[in-house]
Amino acid sequence: MTFALDPSPALTQFAHPERLVTTEWLAEHLGEPGLVVVESDEDVLLYETGHIPGAVKVDWHTELNDPVTRDYLDGAGFAALMSAKGIARDATIVVYGDKNNWWAAYALWVFSLFGHEDVRLLDGGRGKWEAEGRPMTTEIPTPEPAEYPVVERDDTTLRAFKDEVLGRIGQAQLLDIRSPQEYTGERTHMPDYPDEGALRGGHIPTARNVPWARAVAEDGTFKSRDELEAIYLDEIGLRPADDVIAYCRIGERSSHSWFALKYLLGFENVRNYDGSWTEWGNAVRVPIVTGSEPGVVAAR
Amino acid sequence: MTPPAVPADGAEPASAGPVLDGIREEFLAVDKPERLQLLLEFANELPELPPRLADHPDLLERVDECQSPVFIVLEREGTGVRMHATAPREAPTTRGFASILAQGITGLTPEQVLAIPEDFALTLGLTDSVSPLRLRGMTGMLGRAKRQVRELPAA
Repeated sequence: MTFALDPSPALTQFAHPERLVTTEWLAEHLGEPGLVVVESDEDVLLYETGHIPGAVKVDWHTELNDPVTRDYLDGAGFAALMSAKGIARDATIVVYGDKNNWWAAYALWVFSLFGHEDVRLLDGGRGKWEAEGRPMTTEIPTPEPAEYPVVERDDTTLRAFKDEVLGRIGQAQLLDIRSPQEYTGERTHMPDYPDEGALRGGHIPTARNVPWARAVAEDGTFKSRDELEAIYLDEIGLRPADDVIAYCRIGERSSHSWFALKYLLGFENVRNYDGSWTEWGNAVRVPIVTGSEPGVVAAR
Repeated sequence: MTPPAVPADGAEPASAGPVLDGIREEFLAVDKPERLQLLLEFANELPELPPRLADHPDLLERVDECQSPVFIVLEREGTGVRMHATAPREAPTTRGFASILAQGITGLTPEQVLAIPEDFALTLGLTDSVSPLRLRGMTGMLGRAKRQVRELPAA
C-alpha cells in the first residue's frame, strides 16, 4: 500500500477502512505521486463539465464493457486502459463519481476483478466534493502511459453468473438491491428510469430486498457501521461468513451494496451478479417470484 | 466499429427537418470522441426557460423516460412551434439531447414535427458512446414532444 490509510474516525470503524477515503484526505493528498484519482459517472459527459483536478475519467460503457460481448474487457484490454490512464499496478487509486458512487463502486469492482490491490472509494462521491465547494476543473490531464502488466480477470471470487445463482438458490443469501416496485414485479425498471427491457418483473426466489440507498446517509457518505449492521445483520439476518450474491438491474447499484458488505462490514464471500435483472428477467425458464415475499425454491 | 452514417440497407435516413438534419450531419462528420464534445456544446447552449415558464413548472411535462429530471413544453409560435426544455447541469448528456431537440423542433410546423423519425436519436452516431438507456431517454423526449404538438389547440 503506497499511501497510509485515512485515519478519520468516520472510516476506522469499518472492517476495511483502507478501502475508503474522506474528501478531506483526498484534498490533502491530491497530486502526490503514486495516487491516481479516477472519476466514473453514469453520465458520459459529466467529467467534461468539471472534475477533481488531475482526475482521469473511466467510462463504464465505453471503457469497462466489452463493445461486442456482454462482458468486461479482458486482461490485455485492462492493461492497455490502465496504462493509458497513467495507472501503474502499484498505484493507489481513489474512485469517485455521480449518483452516490454507483458507477465508481462498479469501476472499483471491475478493477478488483483484475486484482488491482489498492483501490479506494471517495466517501460521499462527487456530490460531497462539490457540496463542500472543493476545487473542480475542466482541464483534462494527459498522463504519461504507465507500465501495467496483463493480468487475467478473476471471475470466480467477486463475480457471480446466472447459472451459479440458479444453482445456489436456497443456499446462498440473495440480495436484491433494487427499488421495492422492481422487487415485487410491479415494474421492470427503476422509478424515474426508462425501461431497460426486461420481459418479466419480480425477483429471484428467496432474494431479500434491501434497496441500495439504505446504506447511504443524508450527506451521501456511507452510514455508520452500527447502522449498516442494524440493516444487513439484525433486520435481514445476514452473517459475515454467509455466501452472499447481490444483484440489481445491470450490476451497478449492486456494486455499491457489494462494497458496503465486503469492505465496510467485512463479509468474506460476497459476489456481484452483474447479469442481474436484465439477464434474469429475460431468461427462459428461470424461476421468478412476484410480490413482496422472498418466496421459496421452486420445485423442479 | 464506426457506426454507419447511413442505415445498413443503404437508404438515406428520413429527413428530420433542416436543422436536425444539419445537426446529424455535424455529428456524423466527426470522430466519436468529438461527437461527445459536440453533444457537450449543445448541452451548454440550452437556454434558460423564460421567466413565465421558470416560475410555473406545472406548465412543463416531465420526461419520465429520462434518468434525470427533464421537463419540456411545446407552444405555438406563429405558424410553427417552439420547444422549451430544462435539464439539470449535472446531467449534461440529457441536456445535450434536450438542446438538440429544442433547436431542431423550434420553427417547424406541427406537421414537420410529427414527421421527425422516431429513431432520430439513434442516427447521430452516438450508439457506441452513449448508453442505450440515455438514447432511449432522447427518444422518449421526442415522443412526448410529438404528443404535445398533437394536443396543441388549433391555430
